[in-house]
Amino acid sequence: MKYLMFVCTDPEPDTDKENEPDIDEWVAKHDASGRRLQGMVLAPKSSATTVRVRNGKLLVSDGPFAETKEVIVGFDLLECADLDEAIEVARAHPMARGGRLEIRPLADFEQ
Amino acid sequence: MTDPRQAAAAGASEVAAAAAAESHPRIVAALIRVTADWTLAEDCAQDALMLAVQRWPDDGVPANPAGWLLTVARNRAIDVLRRASVERRKLRELAVLALTDPDPAGSSSAGAGTAPEEVVDDRLRLIFTCCHPALSLEARVALTLRTICAVPTADIARAFLVSESTMTRRLTRAKAKIEQAGIPYRVPRGTALAERLPGVLAVLYLLFTQGYNADGEPAFADEAIRLARLLERLMPDQSEVSALLALFLLQHSRRDARRGTGGRLLTLDKQDRSRWDHAAIADGLAILARIQSEGPAAGPYALQARIAACHASAAAPADTDWPEIARCYDELARIQPTPVVELNRAVAHGYAYGPTAGLALLAQARVGGALDDYPHTLAAEADLTARNGDRERAAELFRRAAVVAHSEPERRALLDRADEIA
Repeated sequence: MKYLMFVCTDPEPDTDKENEPDIDEWVAKHDASGRRLQGMVLAPKSSATTVRVRNGKLLVSDGPFAETKEVIVGFDLLECADLDEAIEVARAHPMARGGRLEIRPLADFEQ
Repeated sequence: MTDPRQAAAAGASEVAAAAAAESHPRIVAALIRVTADWTLAEDCAQDALMLAVQRWPDDGVPANPAGWLLTVARNRAIDVLRRASVERRKLRELAVLALTDPDPAGSSSAGAGTAPEEVVDDRLRLIFTCCHPALSLEARVALTLRTICAVPTADIARAFLVSESTMTRRLTRAKAKIEQAGIPYRVPRGTALAERLPGVLAVLYLLFTQGYNADGEPAFADEAIRLARLLERLMPDQSEVSALLALFLLQHSRRDARRGTGGRLLTLDKQDRSRWDHAAIADGLAILARIQSEGPAAGPYALQARIAACHASAAAPADTDWPEIARCYDELARIQPTPVVELNRAVAHGYAYGPTAGLALLAQARVGGALDDYPHTLAAEADLTARNGDRERAAELFRRAAVVAHSEPERRALLDRADEIA
């Protein structure tokens, strides 16, 4: 199954700094195992632009569509057997401690 | 005179109902394993049961009711899958065709040539899937009741104070999440098992309290005990599972003695101990003794079971081993420092070492305010105050506790205490 993992900040990160995982090691390990298909880091949210079309009219505005304390700062596309495997991949990511990760399966239109 | 055919029919539907209750989770679990389709599995198990209720009164009850139900449910699933044309469904159909009644007695589901992975009881997988932390806690409880205990949706809805249609939607959403998010149908192993088991036990515990509470659904306590027994049989080396079962048995042994006249709740010291279920107590104590012979019995449920055992094995309130209870609460407060544990710890110390010691710990527990307006806090303070000699203030505290009581029986019990003291 394919999962998109949103990498987000969190107002209350973990304060335990012991054995913090390394992002490069995480990427290398999961690229090698085939569980990470791709991933990107996003530019700061101040660079975001929201686009809508309403009644044929283009509406462009500054900033992300939702003002929340948690900001999406990147994403990874995962290929995992099931949710438990995806959770195991996510828990080893440094941002599981420094922020929070949201795992969403891609919609499966074959089912 | 009873019509013999009617009697036979009634007998057959009773047998059908009993067979269904016993084998329903196994049939649903087996079908989910091979089809990965919860709705299909439940619908087919339900269809098989309906057919049994129709046929058995005339045809007689088959020699192996569970095997009969599984075969019918399996054939029904194959029919449904055949009508679907998608490739994936064809693969599932092949899997269902290979599904036969593995072992009607249910002692083990391993057949010749079965991979070790499949030796695990299907019901155990189902429990771990229903209790997956990616589902909300209330969805976990509802799904466990519906899928494993086969409790009708209407009954679950009543217990959760929502309409049947709301509960149906909640269950549908939970099942959709399991399928869409890829929640595995598997018992976790190694460290993952240690991480996940407490979550499963928490669902069982919630189920039990839902049944044992003053205004709860009593049948849920029986379901929780049945599930705990099943889990204990399937995971005999997990001491916290056995401890939870012991705790249930010891607490539940008081079910007939907890109510006085007019449905008032009676505290432990006022209960007629001859009305406790002494067979259940013996059962619970034996399980606890076995755990203690194998290790320190210091997990959260083992500690609570030890506390329950101190109460259950005291012939009279004065015989209660309060210092042991206080020790257990000290330990529990260390590993599970919740306000309610701290409150109970204060009460235990009050009985073990005098009301002054209890009141001091209670004041400490109330720092932070989480226990304010909690009826048990005021009742505990009232009790300790009464034993300290200040009857007037104690009666006033009992009355204040009654104002914030959660249920009518509890409220009346607290007012009774106030009257007694004043």
